[in-house]
Amino acid sequence: MAGIRPFLTKVIVVLAMTILAETGVNAEETGVPHPVIAKGKGDQCVADTAFMRRNHMRVLDHQRDDTVHAGERAGKFSLKGCLDCHAVEGTDTRPVSFDSPQHFCRTCHDFAAVQVDCFSCHASRPGEKPTARFRHDGGDLTARLREAVK
Amino acid sequence: MTGAQPSNSGRRRFFARAAAAAGLVLAPGVVLLTTKAKAAATGPRWGLLIDLNKCPIDCSECVTACNDENGLKGHGRPLTDAQWIRKVDVRDPASKREWSVPVMCQHCEHPPCVDVCPTGASFQRDDGIVLVDKHICIGCRYCMMACPYKARSFIHEDLTDQKPHAPRGKGTVESCTLCVHRIDAGGQPACVERCQGIATGAMTFGDLNDPDSAIARRVATYATRRIRDDLGLAPGVYYQGL
Amino acid sequence: MNQSIYREVQGWGAGTWALFAGFGLVVLLALLSAWTMEHNGHYVTGMNNQIVWGLPHVFAVFLIVAASGAINVASMASVFGRTPYKPLARLSGLVGAALLIGGLAVLVLDLGRPDRLIVAMTTYNFKSIFAWNIYLYVGFLAVIAVYLWFQMEWRMGRYVAVAGWVAFIWRLVLTTGTGSIFGFLVAREAYDSALMAPLFIAMSFSFGLAVFALVLAVACAGSGRDIGNFIVERFRRLLGIFIAAVLYFAAVRHLTNLYASEHIGVEHFLLLSGGVHTALFWLGQVGVGGVLPLVLLYAPIDIGARMRLLWSSAAVVLGGLAHVYVIIIGGQSYPLSLFPGMEVRSSFHDGAVASYAPSWPEVGLGIGGFAIAGLIVAAGIKALRFLPESLGDRVTDPHYRPPAAVAAE
Repeated sequence: MAGIRPFLTKVIVVLAMTILAETGVNAEETGVPHPVIAKGKGDQCVADTAFMRRNHMRVLDHQRDDTVHAGERAGKFSLKGCLDCHAVEGTDTRPVSFDSPQHFCRTCHDFAAVQVDCFSCHASRPGEKPTARFRHDGGDLTARLREAVK
Repeated sequence: MTGAQPSNSGRRRFFARAAAAAGLVLAPGVVLLTTKAKAAATGPRWGLLIDLNKCPIDCSECVTACNDENGLKGHGRPLTDAQWIRKVDVRDPASKREWSVPVMCQHCEHPPCVDVCPTGASFQRDDGIVLVDKHICIGCRYCMMACPYKARSFIHEDLTDQKPHAPRGKGTVESCTLCVHRIDAGGQPACVERCQGIATGAMTFGDLNDPDSAIARRVATYATRRIRDDLGLAPGVYYQGL
Repeated sequence: MNQSIYREVQGWGAGTWALFAGFGLVVLLALLSAWTMEHNGHYVTGMNNQIVWGLPHVFAVFLIVAASGAINVASMASVFGRTPYKPLARLSGLVGAALLIGGLAVLVLDLGRPDRLIVAMTTYNFKSIFAWNIYLYVGFLAVIAVYLWFQMEWRMGRYVAVAGWVAFIWRLVLTTGTGSIFGFLVAREAYDSALMAPLFIAMSFSFGLAVFALVLAVACAGSGRDIGNFIVERFRRLLGIFIAAVLYFAAVRHLTNLYASEHIGVEHFLLLSGGVHTALFWLGQVGVGGVLPLVLLYAPIDIGARMRLLWSSAAVVLGGLAHVYVIIIGGQSYPLSLFPGMEVRSSFHDGAVASYAPSWPEVGLGIGGFAIAGLIVAAGIKALRFLPESLGDRVTDPHYRPPAAVAAE
């Protein structure tokens, strides 16, 4: 029976967290362990925190279908967007990848024991900003490119 | 080359479309509105034109550009490493003439990979780009069996450090996306950009549905053909000088 | 009238334990094989971007094809009114379902993302014959379940014939679907033929009966039940016809291909210059799977009807695996023709014959399909009333006369 107790504890903790999140009670005051979540950049997420906590997977799923199938890339619920704001820097000042337990997705998902399937394919840290964009609808492309590679 | 059927049915279809548009313009009254509405409904059909006369055998800049752009790094295992674009050396045993042909996903109008996919992961966008939705790909590889161009690769091992704009992962099938992330941002594919920038400019990218685009004008002017046109799949990649 | 008494296998002898333990061990090895492939990725197998379907698919296709053939024994009784087969109808349904489950398990465990099986069951592209096959396979299991229920529940006895018809038609459609997986591949010269569907149906009759005969022999020997000469003789004649049908369709397929000059290259490869594929075609498919069993069944050699049937069934299974191997692996080995008539080469193996060396995980997974089927059949006849107490001539032969009566004349 030794194995079941930590599991039960976890279940109770998650339930308690959910209830506390709903009722607005501060977790720290109750003495219940909770994951350390790093703060994102800026003042405000793309939607309010309570909504994102409960629905981030749904909105990501929904927008991913719009992006992959219809090429709509302007939506606010993008995985890249999450990474850009929430990425946690490691000791080398580079954002940590999903291999690190400090990754912002893992701090919570490890705690709740929910598997994340995104990062077997997706990059788990923000990429370098793209350099020059070359448009197919105008401009002397060749000259600009020759300039760029000089 | 293929001989079984005249290989320019796509061009003919294009001519027919162009002729229909012209006819509408010449008709009186509501003409302009009709043409406009039709153009909006049709939308672009992205395609490539590759002039093989300008494609040297020792140049593989397009391949390098693609690998850089999409983060394709081999594992030193040529049998299982992914290739989205490759140079195929072709030689006519009768005339001894040689070509070096860049071959990637041909973005067919009637893609067999899309027909056979059990889950619908292999699909075609409205603008003609053929993609794999890796979220619902189960890795059955039936599309690889169906593709006449050997355009698809299966990911045989775990990958790390993928590019943010090019997600790729073990157990799913992938192929050239025509750099869809660049096209959606108004750009053009990395291979074309590199070819025009520092190579010979053999590749042209554009909208085959827009009669004023460079690619449509060139396809309408010069003799071009598509690989295995006899199969009737109407690929979006045209070759000049083949 | 079928007056057989069906009885589960009694007791737990050493043989029964050994059978279950053996099958269980092979299933465990298969699961370990599948885990190895999924954990490391498919690069640890012999499959690659040239040979995209390998040994697991050979085993899976063989099992699925044999599954639809094994149900034929039941159809003989319910659809064609051949009462001697009636006592075998229950076992026939069980073997059919078990083989199908074994084959599907192999197919699913080889997927790149087997964890997404739920996606395959909920997201469909109805232009794909693969998607249709998911319905055909699951439906086949449901049809067999109902068929078995009607047979085992006496109040439902009057509907057995209807269920038998449904099962028979369903299995023909199912095998057509399996054959069409290959027949619809326009780009692969070795496959692009409408003959693939009837060929697969002929293969299913032959493979299914051979597997069923072997299962029946083991089950009856293991549980001490007798099989009369009457049923053995019937099986012998049927198997001969089915083997000949497979040879016929295989011959027609290759001959029609030879007639089209664009396909001569691939036919030359398979029939003459393909190395291991040519050897497997002539020695495996034609020799062991065709000529040898026909000789065993019909030649005037003195080995007894039972031995003829058993050895020829074993030969049909081995030759059948070779046949499916040549179709699946041989067909992929021959390069795609992007530029017909040209000499072609590239870093992506264009224009080159692909080589394939099966790895141990693939072998383990494939054999595991047989073990899963074996486990299901063994558990079925152990726990439920699938097997008649006797298959002696008194039960099966409608014109049976006791030896005493014959002797009295």
